[in-house]
Amino acid sequence: MAKITKVLFDPIFKENPIALQILGICSALAVTSKMDTVIAMTLALIFVTSMSNLSVSLIRNYIPTNIRIIVQMTIIASLVIIVDQVLKAYAFSISKQLSVYVGLIITNCIVMGRAEAYAMKNGPWMSFVDGLGNALGYGLILFIVGFFRELFGSGKLLGFNILTPITEGGWYPTNGLLLLPPSAFFLIGFIIWVLRTWKKDQIEEEN
Amino acid sequence: MAKDTITKTLTVAALLCIVCSVLVSTAAVKLKPLQERNKALSTKKNILQAAGLMEEGKDIDQLFSKIQLKIVDLASGEFDDNINAEKYNQRVAVKDPARSIQIPGDQDVAKIKRRALKAPVFLVREGGKLQTIILPIHGKGLWSTMYAFLALEGDANTVKGYTFYDHGETPGLGGEVDNTLWKQQWVGKKIFDKDWNLAVEILKGKVNRQKPEAIHQADGLSGATLTTVGVNNLMHYWLSENGFGKFLARIRNQGGGNG
Repeated sequence: MAKITKVLFDPIFKENPIALQILGICSALAVTSKMDTVIAMTLALIFVTSMSNLSVSLIRNYIPTNIRIIVQMTIIASLVIIVDQVLKAYAFSISKQLSVYVGLIITNCIVMGRAEAYAMKNGPWMSFVDGLGNALGYGLILFIVGFFRELFGSGKLLGFNILTPITEGGWYPTNGLLLLPPSAFFLIGFIIWVLRTWKKDQIEEEN
Repeated sequence: MAKDTITKTLTVAALLCIVCSVLVSTAAVKLKPLQERNKALSTKKNILQAAGLMEEGKDIDQLFSKIQLKIVDLASGEFDDNINAEKYNQRVAVKDPARSIQIPGDQDVAKIKRRALKAPVFLVREGGKLQTIILPIHGKGLWSTMYAFLALEGDANTVKGYTFYDHGETPGLGGEVDNTLWKQQWVGKKIFDKDWNLAVEILKGKVNRQKPEAIHQADGLSGATLTTVGVNNLMHYWLSENGFGKFLARIRNQGGGNG
């Protein structure tokens, strides 16, 4: 039981895929200008990472080593296409906003990285939990970044006015920079700084 | 290891491909009806937005019931009631040589090469009077074909609304064709001058509002000269005699476009 907790929660703060492993940055910049796309992206990634880890782990003893990367890619790509189709059917406007980034989950380093590094060596259940944990760790960063970008960039959260912007008759001058991708870099930088001040062992040794 | 023999490798690869393709195709086939419905709804929403009839939170199908779909024969400008308007797909018809024409090079300002003989138009009537005419128009921008709905008042001249609903221009530059503020400036502009010559024009930079011709002119998008040229060209094509010109002329002469 202790092991499950460790596998599930370690990727959230201790070995966060974005903050420590520095994986999946590109999509973290692209989809975080609004909370609803963040939620959709996080759910999609939770599904894809945990299911791909589970499936890769289930057949790990049958996967020939020389084609293992292609096998992993095929599984991941199939899962991503399914997610994309489901989004188009049930969440059309969100799928339009996420546009190409749903397809790009295939190349999200977290998915592939966990399949190769964890699922190839561990049992299905633990691999599933590991995928879940890593996707949650990714999602947590996305939530923090998305929260600040939407709140201060457009004065809203999930589309509801919190700080009513001047353009809609309120008082809040929106910060346009936060709606642009570079602002996510600053925010992720801040998160890494805070995280490493709290957990000093994450600081890399200087040469 | 035994699992690395060629036969084994091929078997695993083949089995995996079969399983994955079954899953993917099942998802695609099963979800297709829902996706098509979403697409249709999104088109309707764009038409409603162009016509200024969109109300958040209301049922799109119900709002759309005010809008009448008609097929226009572009060469004569007359309505063609022999075609099932609901089923007519302009983008499919363009690919069918029997139902489309090649546009001569010198006329093809919108760079679309072919156009269908018939085009759908959307009409809104209130109390028997024609209120809004919504025309689907398209043409090449910098990277992509841009698709738009242009809504005109019943006089077939004054712009009521404009929405680009499908394009692949650079986000932030040419992609600003779907910017609400840019679209808003179109409202009230006149397409034709007083002698019914095509006068609409998009300038590079800002329109000088003091000049009398400002009523026909719109601001270009900064940093997106080629997209702006594309928008200008596609309007010139579709509103000319080669596009909806005859149809619009007929509406204005009949003052109501009964059909």
